[in-house]
Amino acid sequence: MRGRVNAGLIAGAVLVGIVVLAALVSFVWTPHDPTLVDASNKLREPGGGYLLGADKFGRDTFSQLMVGARTTLYVGIVAVGIAALIGTPLGVIAGMTPRGWLAELIMRVNDLVFAFPALLLAVMLGAVYGAGTLTAMIAIGVATVPAFARVARAATMQVMVTDYILAARAAGRRRAAIAVRHVLPNIGSMLIVQASVSFAIAILAEAALSFLGFGTRPPIPSWGRMLQESQELLFSTPRLALWPGLAIALAVLGFNLLGDGLRDYLDPKLRRIRAER
Amino acid sequence: MILYLLKRLAVLVASTAVAGVAVFAFMALLPGDPAEIALGVNATPEAVAALRERFGTDRPPLSQFADWFGGLIQGDFGTSYVTSSPIGPQIGDRLGVTAVLVLGGMVIALLIAVPAGTFAAVHHRNPLGVTISAASQVGIAIPAFLAGILLVFVFAVKAQALPSGGYVPIAEDPRAWLLGLLLPWLSLGLVQGAVLTRYVRSAVLDVMREDYLRTARAKGRGRMGALWRHGLRNASIPVVTVLGLQLATLLVGAVVVERVFVIPGLGDLLLNGVAGRDLLLVQGVVMVLVVAVLLINFVVDVTYAVLDPRLR
Repeated sequence: MRGRVNAGLIAGAVLVGIVVLAALVSFVWTPHDPTLVDASNKLREPGGGYLLGADKFGRDTFSQLMVGARTTLYVGIVAVGIAALIGTPLGVIAGMTPRGWLAELIMRVNDLVFAFPALLLAVMLGAVYGAGTLTAMIAIGVATVPAFARVARAATMQVMVTDYILAARAAGRRRAAIAVRHVLPNIGSMLIVQASVSFAIAILAEAALSFLGFGTRPPIPSWGRMLQESQELLFSTPRLALWPGLAIALAVLGFNLLGDGLRDYLDPKLRRIRAER
Repeated sequence: MILYLLKRLAVLVASTAVAGVAVFAFMALLPGDPAEIALGVNATPEAVAALRERFGTDRPPLSQFADWFGGLIQGDFGTSYVTSSPIGPQIGDRLGVTAVLVLGGMVIALLIAVPAGTFAAVHHRNPLGVTISAASQVGIAIPAFLAGILLVFVFAVKAQALPSGGYVPIAEDPRAWLLGLLLPWLSLGLVQGAVLTRYVRSAVLDVMREDYLRTARAKGRGRMGALWRHGLRNASIPVVTVLGLQLATLLVGAVVVERVFVIPGLGDLLLNGVAGRDLLLVQGVVMVLVVAVLLINFVVDVTYAVLDPRLR
């Protein structure tokens, strides 16, 4: 049984849809070349083919936002992908053998990685290998591993006490088979929710890193760096900060709403508890 | 309780040691030799060798690590390869600034979240309560540095009431110190307050459904009276956990907010260290931040045990 589609889910899906659409369209079309430096359009006011105006280098803000969406999604997908691919198996292993030494080791290491926030990892990686989109993605991904491992472990532990796992074990199925055939499909919904929430956090992290100069390198447009470039012009041209700021906030809001909505939709038990409140 | 404390303390010490190894090993991957970088391309091999000996980078990694970590325990962070000045005092100065920033942000977050979250829970069926929940959802989506830029725009650019950045030590001018920190505190506090509001709301909602609260109401206490007397302590348990996680987030948020407001804190020191390729400095600051996070987790666990004896 699935829950009902709720307003938050729809709002989240729409916001995320807009970001995805902007990113996809930017591959084939943008109003202007987002990286084209054009002194004649310096700080151009909105209008005349420049929907949101241009920045101090004469680059079209709207085009930059579109390609920035691509950067944001790219970093989010790779970072969450890294976290899910590493964190999920670790969490499942820890959840299937909760009293084993391996589970203990995994969770202790997990706690330790948790003490290294994405930003610190990215700065350290940046110091060693030179900052860029790749180091940002890896840092955000590694820092997100503990979140996935914890969720996967908790969900696995719930699944492990069910009758169908008992039946599978009685039928002589091996652990690996149980993990793939029975555990993973049943913790999938929890992982999807976690992915959506982690995506929102990854967007925030990427924006902060680009703002600090440890994320996406120029000239590739990024919302965080647009904000950083706009800061000195806050007194004269505040709209340059407004648009990337709005883009970041709406994208994060979208992924958070999507995560919350999916949680309610995929887990009717939880929804019923909420309805009681 | 003592046994629990000792156990938890052992985990803290072990984690700190492992974190030290991790940070050191990671930074040891740095390509290039600090001595060669310090002397430039025209240095003679003899000069490089001499400097290497002075830095201690000619010795095996294990002995370098033992020196560095041993020094850390005694509060000695070593001497910068780049500026030749001791790192410990620099970190000490900056740590105070960042701590004030983070704690101020936390206080504002709590001042917002506890009343707003409790209100939203008590009035969860009427429009105002729902509005608070929705507003907190929007607040979560705004990163602290964006909040900072918005606040600068409103209070410094438009109203011209507060400075847009800069830091004045409290000893120099307490008034300027306070005015300068207001916007950075708000940047951190508003956003974390939004996050915390959701947890306070859900914790209070959970408590409100408990039988003991109904009993208290039945015995004649008002809704707020019952909540105050019996509910808040129980509601505070999940909130304390989140508070700990939030403190860690705030510490990282402070790094970025310091950049927005040009505040000479740890974050500023860290970023300058990376820009100047000051390996030991970066190592030291990262270590301080990581240990701070570990310490916060430790305090959270212990507070947890104090608040809820069942967890010991």
